[in-house]
Amino acid sequence: MSSTPLPGIGVRYDLTTREDRRLSVVAQRDGTRVLNAYRRDDPDECALSVKLTAPEAEALIDALMPAHHSPSLLSTTDLGLVAERVELSSTSYWCGRHLGDTRMRTETGVSIVAVLRRADAIPSPGPDFRLAGGDTLIVIGTREGVDAAAAILGRE
Amino acid sequence: MHSSAVFLIEFGAIILGLGLLGRLAGRLKFSPIPLYLLAGLAFGTGGLLPLGASEEFVAIGAEIGVILLLLMLGLEYTATDLVSNLKTQYRAGLVDAALNALPGAAMALLLGWGPVAAVVLAGVTWISSSGVIAKVLGDLGRLGNRETPVVLSILVLEDLSMAVYLPIVTALLAGVGLAAGSATLAIALGVAGLVLFLALRYGRLISRFVSSDDPEKLLLVVLGLTLLVAGIAQQLQVSAAVGAFLVGIALSGEAAEGAHHLLSPLRDLFAAVFFVFFGLHTDPASIPPVLLPALALAVVTAGTKIATGYWAAKRAGISAKGRWRAGGTLVARGEFSIVIAGLAVTAGIEPSLGPLATAYVLILVVVGPLTARYTEPVATRLTARLRGTAPAAAAAPPREEMLDPVEDGTPDRV
Repeated sequence: MSSTPLPGIGVRYDLTTREDRRLSVVAQRDGTRVLNAYRRDDPDECALSVKLTAPEAEALIDALMPAHHSPSLLSTTDLGLVAERVELSSTSYWCGRHLGDTRMRTETGVSIVAVLRRADAIPSPGPDFRLAGGDTLIVIGTREGVDAAAAILGRE
Repeated sequence: MHSSAVFLIEFGAIILGLGLLGRLAGRLKFSPIPLYLLAGLAFGTGGLLPLGASEEFVAIGAEIGVILLLLMLGLEYTATDLVSNLKTQYRAGLVDAALNALPGAAMALLLGWGPVAAVVLAGVTWISSSGVIAKVLGDLGRLGNRETPVVLSILVLEDLSMAVYLPIVTALLAGVGLAAGSATLAIALGVAGLVLFLALRYGRLISRFVSSDDPEKLLLVVLGLTLLVAGIAQQLQVSAAVGAFLVGIALSGEAAEGAHHLLSPLRDLFAAVFFVFFGLHTDPASIPPVLLPALALAVVTAGTKIATGYWAAKRAGISAKGRWRAGGTLVARGEFSIVIAGLAVTAGIEPSLGPLATAYVLILVVVGPLTARYTEPVATRLTARLRGTAPAAAAAPPREEMLDPVEDGTPDRV
């Protein structure tokens, strides 16, 4: 991935695929993105140039994610359950404390099914698991429970 | 009879008229600038409806319009952008200046208007319209093209040159002598250099001082600061527009982002007033006599811009088609040609200068988007014909055809 500044407009990110096709994304300052694919007979010009609003770009990123999280995880809403990621800030009260100290299940009824730390995921962390700033907790429960859990974890 | 009622009626009618014209321009998919100019021509001196009460207010509005235009231009760029472009692309900037400013100067001298008018007209033909061009690039889906950074860096250099050029013009129009003029220029260069330096070193601090979470306060602070600096710049004979431009450069990051967002509508309003004001001061009857020189100048400087873009893209290692595209894109002139001509009109030098600039910009603001679109296919055909071979692809085929064939099956329903 290389980038070229476009003064007054934004930045262009370029990618050349293994099959030698070129793609680029122009990131404009107002949050819109333009996705470009290049012509084969004139590699300087775009054959396709699609404007994407911020939400459209996000939807596309989701579809492009190689580790695409199984949709079933998030489509449990009809059962009244939701799964959410809650990030722990580096200034959180819980940094360095045990997961058990949060008394999460007792207080809110939610389960913490995994903790994402940097590049790895720690499945089913026990009550003696030590939390650290920057951890992302995958929380499953009712809507109210998950919101309450986020409030507890947000304690500074 | 200069009651506020008359003023409100006149000014309201102007703004409403501009709004309707803007909608028409949107319908026709082209820049509203020529329509605003024509609206100004239609009223005012020698027009259908001479204005009375709102004249003075429109004049001040026009002044603010120029300041906001340049402030927003400054906000578009960061100091780093400017400096890095200056380092890597200054040759393209010089070629651009030589090829496009000289025809304007030559025309003024041919018409016997004298050296000051020559310097002004040189600026009118030199500076491309970054606003029109950025929009055209987006509309034609060329933001991702490889020649686009070349086009943009030429625009950046032109805008930066304005910071040096405008003070020179201001000094010349004020009729100062060589010594005073040199002093002015030295001040202008010194101030511009200082601001760039400060923006590079302390841009964060300045932005933090200005930045505010509350849009209302941000608007007041940025607008107040800009007008104040513009006024001081004017007092130092450096030109208010340059002061505003430098304020825009000095602001970066979040403050620039927020200010851009807040000031866009204000800029649009006052810039429209400025174009009308310029038209108001131009007598429609004075345009036909200068139509021929304007047309000649438009043809020549469209050619020189195409050459500039071609050359700059060639230096950047772009293929022939991209070079033609870069050249065709640069043709449009617009707001800044009018800003420069406006300085001359208010100073009251050569009376035919305003009409000539008006006609010139009217031609090129309309032709510019067309050359951007068609220069490459036409040039590709001509060069193929000159080589005596059939053109490989007659004009640009529909863009979708150039993509890989897509399997035309019904998508799987998940």
